[in-house]
Amino acid sequence: MYNPTQLPWRKDESLVEYLEQTGVPRRDFLKFCAEMAVMLGLASAMTPKIAKALASIKRPPVVWLSLQECTGCVESILRSSTPSIGDLLLDTISLDFQENLMAAAGFAAEKALKDSMEANKGKYILVVTGSIPRNEGGIYTTIAGRTAEDHLKEAAAGAAAIVAVGACAHWGNVQAAKPNPTGAVGVRDIITDKPVVNIAGCPPIADVITATLVHVLTFGKIPELDREGRPKFAYGAKIHDQCPRRANYDAGQFVEKFDDEAARNGYCLYHVGCKGPETFSPCPIFMWNNKESWPIGAGHPCIGCTEPHFWDTMTPFYNRLPNTAGIPVERTADIVGGVMTAAAVGGIALHAAATTASRMGKKQLPVHPQHGGSGQGGNSPTSN
Amino acid sequence: MAVTKLVVDPITRIEGHLRIEVQAENGKINNAWASATQFRGLELVLKGRDPRDAWAFAQRICGVCTVVHAVASLRSVENALDIKIPAQAHLIRNLMLGMQYIHDHVVHFYHLHALDWVDVVSALKADAVAAEKIAKGMSDWPNNNAVRFKAVQDRVAGFVQSGQLGIFTNGYWGHPAYKLPPEVNLIAVSHYLEALDWQRDVVALHAVFGGKNPHPNFIVGGMASPINLEARATINADKLTDVNALIKRAQEFVEKVYWPDLVAIAGFYKDWAAIGGGTGNYLCYGDLPKTPNGDDFYFPKGVVMNKDLSKLVPFDQAGVTEQIHSSWYEYSGGNDSALHPWDGETKASYTGPKAPYEYLQDEKKYSFMKSPRYNGKPMEVGPLARMLVGYAAGQKDIKAIVDTTLKALNVGPEALFSTLGRTAARGMESLLYAKLMREWYDDLVTRVKGGDTTTHNGEKWDPSTWPKEAKGFGYLEAPRGALGHWVNIKDGKIENYQAVVPSTWNCSPRDKDGVMGPYEAALVDNHPLADPERPIEILRTIHSFDPCLACGVHVLDATGREITQVKVQ
Repeated sequence: MYNPTQLPWRKDESLVEYLEQTGVPRRDFLKFCAEMAVMLGLASAMTPKIAKALASIKRPPVVWLSLQECTGCVESILRSSTPSIGDLLLDTISLDFQENLMAAAGFAAEKALKDSMEANKGKYILVVTGSIPRNEGGIYTTIAGRTAEDHLKEAAAGAAAIVAVGACAHWGNVQAAKPNPTGAVGVRDIITDKPVVNIAGCPPIADVITATLVHVLTFGKIPELDREGRPKFAYGAKIHDQCPRRANYDAGQFVEKFDDEAARNGYCLYHVGCKGPETFSPCPIFMWNNKESWPIGAGHPCIGCTEPHFWDTMTPFYNRLPNTAGIPVERTADIVGGVMTAAAVGGIALHAAATTASRMGKKQLPVHPQHGGSGQGGNSPTSN
Repeated sequence: MAVTKLVVDPITRIEGHLRIEVQAENGKINNAWASATQFRGLELVLKGRDPRDAWAFAQRICGVCTVVHAVASLRSVENALDIKIPAQAHLIRNLMLGMQYIHDHVVHFYHLHALDWVDVVSALKADAVAAEKIAKGMSDWPNNNAVRFKAVQDRVAGFVQSGQLGIFTNGYWGHPAYKLPPEVNLIAVSHYLEALDWQRDVVALHAVFGGKNPHPNFIVGGMASPINLEARATINADKLTDVNALIKRAQEFVEKVYWPDLVAIAGFYKDWAAIGGGTGNYLCYGDLPKTPNGDDFYFPKGVVMNKDLSKLVPFDQAGVTEQIHSSWYEYSGGNDSALHPWDGETKASYTGPKAPYEYLQDEKKYSFMKSPRYNGKPMEVGPLARMLVGYAAGQKDIKAIVDTTLKALNVGPEALFSTLGRTAARGMESLLYAKLMREWYDDLVTRVKGGDTTTHNGEKWDPSTWPKEAKGFGYLEAPRGALGHWVNIKDGKIENYQAVVPSTWNCSPRDKDGVMGPYEAALVDNHPLADPERPIEILRTIHSFDPCLACGVHVLDATGREITQVKVQ
């Protein structure tokens, strides 16, 4: 239950900007603040403080594009517990465009998108779910008569940060599985001039999505990423190394058939196809649905859904992973991720923006993200 | 008055990419085209795969109906290979399906459909004390009190005053089609927020048995989650206690919040009981078998033709075919043939305009949806079809709830064939599911007590036990309606896979005889469109189907020339 006495928005920036957009000049705003100080019987020295407090009313704008996908990722974020989806929508961000939840449709929806992108140019967070089909000129996903690729490029151009949520936006996912009939690709295959955070999974865990958004909003930069663009705070370790059934693996206690005696004792699922040894995912730690359980916790082998191309590399799902026993447990996300991706993205921060924010003495969303990514310890984003 | 043509794209608050184009004259819609503007090709991806993996691929057809595609796929493979699932797996699947339905219907009602009927901005004018009085007359839900309502109102007021309306930006607030008093709007907004938390919590039932939601895990031959009361990592008393509590919570919300809201809101919109009926043909595959592997269903199978509830036409999957006359596909035997899904083909062949495009409706082909037909006729599928088929079949529980609802709203059975009927049917069956879930849970626990802990039948797990060739049909009643998966297996691999989904039935474009699909037919059935710039009426009817797809709106005359420049305030 929320506390109704609390201001329902973040104290970051820019009621002034909002007023200016609606035709109230900054000097009028300051005049209003001076009058407020008088009315409240305060010394005139308080005026700047009042102005500063009032000017802080603004929730960070978020624009969410749903491209070629199944909406599972949106459903997943609806399951978020901290913050809850209600708190996220009303208190934390301003979700200016999101097809599954927004009230407007048609022209009115398109206008909401356009307005937010214009008013918040360089400052909004772009969330993308879904892949981008490129065959036949991208005709396999059109929205309002325009292709997914067209929508993505336009929205990405003005975004401060891009968060690709889910396996489809990450690398194309099930549509991109052989033979990839529509030529589906992920966001990083198209947007190569700015960093893209890949929240991996089909779908990702709700709390990983919201934690990443909160990270960007609170710290004014994107979290440190592995070579796949996945935030290390979530995807830094393999399921196998965090699994409560690891002791069974080490002890040689394996389920050989579903519902056998070993299954009923909760032993290791490796022999019935578990992909945990190859999969970087926070499932065992974050768990799912209010920490109720997770796939291995419910007796099913991991299918490896946070790994790129898992529909082709991890299938048949119930066959034992080849060569797993040979993989040293200390193998890192960067090395494994590097198999799939040529270039490194790790550690790209929105350096210039963060610097600007710190100079202004307050936390702030990045204004002009680094193009080409030569920020703090980062390398160029992949351009394949 | 001029003929106007209107395009709505994107149609929001649905899953996927749907585009509606309509033609209207004198405030009434007289022609309509429904188009799916997305193709993913999963049927092609499934070819050559291990049939035991198919559920996981097929499940990704939809992340909203996250359980149903998986189960339809399992049933198709189990049907093909003659695999029988154990009683406990059957009950667990039913519990998961039941929670899928209830969850889906509540989310649809509050978060996808309510804003077509509820004016959020009007709620700011409500008197919280008066709202409490009204709400207390609806149910004894503890949060129906003035303190809570006032807190919600303050929160929404603060939100609106921030100038950042977020998801409420550019809604059709203040449209004369909104009829609820401010107090009822406030109650609905309060429940909108409560339902957000509720839906997150109750769906944890899927995690207990399937490890997660969306996209919980399943397995051919039963369920992967073993029952062992003496182990930590299995279905034990701790997990069963969670399930019990989640069912209780789901049931209470349906009975004390969703159903009362539905009846109260419907009471203000009775004119919508004469709008948007459409094809008048209703199909239910039958679902929720009473026994494992049986075909005696809680929701009986059958077809109602031409709104005739006195006669139930039998359903046989052999009567299902798909046409592509108006769809961007090719058939090897000619584009006017109708193929049964076992002989189905998925060869995309886009012939529409190059993007960016303005209009599709002048094209002969205008959608990535095929046109499914039953015995050659278009069929509406979904909650209303289930209630009508159940009613025509004389199913006691369904008849009782339908009659009670009609009485509560003081309308006759003809009111069911409408936009309102479709929305009400969703609430009716949620009540039935809530009751059934309690029965299934009790049955599960009783069986465990009696020593039945088997959840998987692995006799035919090994592909060496399979016939060289086999084909199967996996039917299911998804929240949105009749769902069928057809699989052909050869040499242990999938040779062909076809899914005919509820939205394909409902969103179907015109067939070779020029007959409209249900969305299209509903939009031309006595359908108002007061203000083409704010087409809220189109959203009401299209959302009443709970589409699983996405769309856009432009206004032009019958020759394609724009005659109304749409401006949005």
